[in-house]
Amino acid sequence: MSRMLDMINVRKIFSKGTANEKMALDRVNFSMDEADFVTVIGGNGAGKSTILNAIAGLFFVDSGKIIIDGHDVTKLPEHKRAKYIGRVFQDPRMGTATNMSIEENLAMALRRGQKRGLKKGITHDEKDKFRTYLEELDLGLENRMSEKAGLLSGGQRQAVTLIMATMTKPKLLLLDEHTAALDPKTAKKVLDLTRKIVAEDKLTALMVTHNMRDAIKYGNRLMMMHNGNVLLDLKEEKKKNLEVGDLLMMFEKASGQDMSNDRVLLS
Amino acid sequence: MKLSIIIGAFSQGLMWSILALGVFITYKILDFADLTTEGAYPLGAAVAASGIIAGMNPFLATFLAMICGMAAGFVTGFLNTKLKIPPLLSGILAMTGLYSVNLRIMGKANIPLLKVSTLITFVTGLGIKNNIAVIIVGLVSVSIVIAILTWFLSTEKGYALRATGDNMSMIRALGVNTNGMVILGLSIGNGLVSLSGGIMAQYNGYADIGMGTGTIVIGLASVIIGEVLFGSSSILRSLISVVFGSIIYRIIIAVVLAKGLVPTDVKLLSSVLLAVCLSLPLFKEKISALTDTLHSAKKVKARKAGEQNA
Ligand SMILES: Nc1ncnc2c1ncn2[C@@H]1O[C@H](COP(=O)(O)OP(=O)(O)OP(=O)(O)O)[C@@H](O)[C@H]1O
Ligand SMILES: [Mg+2]
Repeated sequence: MSRMLDMINVRKIFSKGTANEKMALDRVNFSMDEADFVTVIGGNGAGKSTILNAIAGLFFVDSGKIIIDGHDVTKLPEHKRAKYIGRVFQDPRMGTATNMSIEENLAMALRRGQKRGLKKGITHDEKDKFRTYLEELDLGLENRMSEKAGLLSGGQRQAVTLIMATMTKPKLLLLDEHTAALDPKTAKKVLDLTRKIVAEDKLTALMVTHNMRDAIKYGNRLMMMHNGNVLLDLKEEKKKNLEVGDLLMMFEKASGQDMSNDRVLLS
Repeated sequence: MKLSIIIGAFSQGLMWSILALGVFITYKILDFADLTTEGAYPLGAAVAASGIIAGMNPFLATFLAMICGMAAGFVTGFLNTKLKIPPLLSGILAMTGLYSVNLRIMGKANIPLLKVSTLITFVTGLGIKNNIAVIIVGLVSVSIVIAILTWFLSTEKGYALRATGDNMSMIRALGVNTNGMVILGLSIGNGLVSLSGGIMAQYNGYADIGMGTGTIVIGLASVIIGEVLFGSSSILRSLISVVFGSIIYRIIIAVVLAKGLVPTDVKLLSSVLLAVCLSLPLFKEKISALTDTLHSAKKVKARKAGEQNA
């Protein structure tokens, strides 16, 4: 099995040298093998989003190395890492260009990381391909391909964004609470779709969630963060029979803190 | 109202619409309120007029005007993306700097274009009357610009440009260097603004250092009037709407001038017009909310009446 991600001693300090200085990642060491599906939990401000943003290159880290599929991307700007990474964000509006049509959005995603020239932005063959993708979603979007993405509901947009993020089979799929803004029923639909796509395409995925049950239910590994550190990293066998109560106990033992202070984690 | 006034407004609107299309690119596509317009418009006029006076072919001089405008847009884009200066300020810096540049190019505040060959004399030379020639020059140049823009905005690069103005973080996550796109969009937009200035100088028969004042307001008003009245369901539709918006704007101005408005008050009128246009969405919302409540009130009444009848 090949290594897909290596984070070596990664450190990120925000607002360095000011009163608001914040150590968001404190020498994080973390690796993922191909087809690993890691769920990430942790309280507010634990550093979950920061770890994903560091991988995607929204900012450069202060020290350490980030290696994706053997390529050292530590110094690469965001748009040059894009060819390795698919992302879905928490806010459904973040994932699509709202004034462009669904098919135009999909066509742009199909060209992730490629040079964009003066060829047609979308071809007939591509439209057919998109139609089959959308049919699989079973949301009726295959008949609305030329409508603006801004007209879609939050759940529909997340489903489309998920397709956009995975269509080119990225080395890494980064999901940051991508169902947090949805109602429970839609959230479950999008999560199941996520699981299906990740399994079918054997994607390597990192999924942040605030829901402990989801964190246990989905994926083959579970990571818990606290104060910019990776507190727990449970693999296959250990994760399988895990229950919410176990997680809470482990958290208290590892952090020396009472979990009940961290209300959100329990939801 | 004399027909000649309407025809004059129509041909002027056509030429101004190239400027409005430039503003459409920066303001609507790129979501960048770009004041470079105010400097790029006289820049185009200055370059075209100086070139023509120096004996340059008017087609070449007009083309050169557009290239210079693109360079101006490039500078604004550089200020914004590389030096991290906010959009409005980047535009102000470029606009202010261009004032000096334009004076240098012209050598004086006003260059008259009398008895020289221009785009318009080229057409009248074919035996066509002046007022028709002006319309032909306007129509042909607007058509070329719209054809190229429609094509470009449907290419891969065009998509990336549109997405940069729509959702920058999303398109960056898809691997596009958005800084480059902002620079490209500002270059195209200001290239068109200068092209418009270059053509307008030949139409008016002079280039003037002060002719840029208020152009951003005119451009924005045209873009918004066009969108509100003629829609924006597709790229081509949006572009054509801008042209119609620009013509309507000119007709409005011509009408109030004919009704006795003092020419120096036109800029105030322009601002008021734009303010009204910009606040239209708000009014639309209020009005539709009002009609909605009236509508549902009627429905309730109708239902009650129905119940009573039953
Ligand atoms: N761009 C930034 N500038 C300054 N501080 C930041 C920035 N991004 C994150 N932080 C800080 O870094 C810490 C970690 O934030 P992060 O967003 O990674 O938390 P999180 O685990 O995703 O939390 P949540 O569950 O609330 O999303 C927080 O204290 C946050 O305030
Ligand atoms: Mg977060």
